[in-house]
Amino acid sequence: MNEKAVLLDAKDIDRALTRIAHEILEHNKGTQGLALVGIKMRGDDLARRLAQKIARIEPGGEVPVGGLDISFYRDDVATRAPKAAQASQMDFAVDGKKVVLVDDVLFTGRSTRAAIAALLDYGRPACIQLAVLVDRGHREFPIHADYVGKNAPTALREKVKVELAEQGGQDRVVIFE
Amino acid sequence: MALTRLKSKDLLGLEELSPEEIALILDQAASFKEVVQRPVKKVPALRGKTVVNLFFEPSTRTSTSFSLAATRLSADVVNIATTASSITKGETLLDTVRVVEAMNLSVLIMRHTHSGSAALVAKALKASVVNAGDGMHEHPTQGLLDLYTIREHKGRLEGLEVAVIGDIAHSRVARSNIWGLTKLGARVRLCGPATMLPRELEKLAPGKVKCFTRIEEAVEGADVVNMLRLQLERQKRNLFPSTREYSRLYCLTSERLKLAQPGCLVLHPGPMNRGIEISSGVADGVQSAITEQVTNGVAVRMAVLYLLAGSENPEVAA
Repeated sequence: MNEKAVLLDAKDIDRALTRIAHEILEHNKGTQGLALVGIKMRGDDLARRLAQKIARIEPGGEVPVGGLDISFYRDDVATRAPKAAQASQMDFAVDGKKVVLVDDVLFTGRSTRAAIAALLDYGRPACIQLAVLVDRGHREFPIHADYVGKNAPTALREKVKVELAEQGGQDRVVIFE
Repeated sequence: MALTRLKSKDLLGLEELSPEEIALILDQAASFKEVVQRPVKKVPALRGKTVVNLFFEPSTRTSTSFSLAATRLSADVVNIATTASSITKGETLLDTVRVVEAMNLSVLIMRHTHSGSAALVAKALKASVVNAGDGMHEHPTQGLLDLYTIREHKGRLEGLEVAVIGDIAHSRVARSNIWGLTKLGARVRLCGPATMLPRELEKLAPGKVKCFTRIEEAVEGADVVNMLRLQLERQKRNLFPSTREYSRLYCLTSERLKLAQPGCLVLHPGPMNRGIEISSGVADGVQSAITEQVTNGVAVRMAVLYLLAGSENPEVAA
């Protein structure tokens, strides 16, 4: 596959996350009862960045951050070779929390479905919201994002890849064809 | 690119695994340990798959551990113990497992008194076979959970001195330990009465395995001591004069443990003969990880089942 276009560069990603941080605070009227849970890989990196931004916007607004590995919850575990999974980190009680799931790319919605199922095995959150850096369309499930960094209509044959400094690259979102 | 799957459809022994494959299983087990410690200790990873536990030898902890591991992965589990089965009616091993396979299982977990039986069955079946102990050959998941427990405590396996003490000759746990530990860079000291200590084992990993007949020498400066159960049922072969003498010469007491490195980890695959191969003070002491081994055993077996059950579809790579 060849690189077709850079959808977001480092500055774009940072601005998008800043806006999403503001939107989360606005929508939830502050940080009371709020928690961020990133979907591995990359979603948890984005969740940590959002938590830092939120703490800067609202002094004293410490939001717990978790990371979920959804490998065991995927609906295709039976039909594809297993992928090495990482351990989830959920060091806070989910019960009664307003949980914002964070993912890099929203595509078919199947990962989100798996993440919701995984999250419910930790407790009963008051509500679940969804924040994504890129929404590329082509949903197969009735799932929508509450916070979107960038809407990017794509063709099915294309691939959207999010690269982050935390994973050893530079911050950018690339479309491959 | 890190390894993400096992090469074989079966787990017959640690001898066949590469160091990378062993590391993959241990890493995978860490994510399952997180699962078994949370409120809902179950994930849907193996939903719709069937796991059969076929034990031709009595076992409580291994078969329970495997059942629990499969249940926590949401697989359907069938337990077959020989006394209740048609083996007593004269059916051959291969016929028995073919009948079980015709019931569309994904993984067959098998324990048998004969070394090599799991390999024989694995060749005949399309389903994955996990060796849960075959005669005096290997008990790979016990070896893996020992490695996992050591790595969790010491942070590494490379360069560690591990003493394995007891009836080495009859022990499949010892053999799996030798393979696993030496592949990951540890050195193994084998210790037991000369009648239970085949010197040929040093040849399995030249330079990394050493035999001792005095427990004090084996324990001195060790980072880990893995005590094997004295198999009292084999005592009639007269490999040592009396249980009391065995205990006097080979029991891991707190005095002997003082010869080891400070913070030396004590392991035992169970069931323990308190006062024979291990003193109660050591078994229940701060250096003992014996109960943790049981917890880790479930996580390690979940990792093995997860990695094997998905290997039915190798062509559909991620």
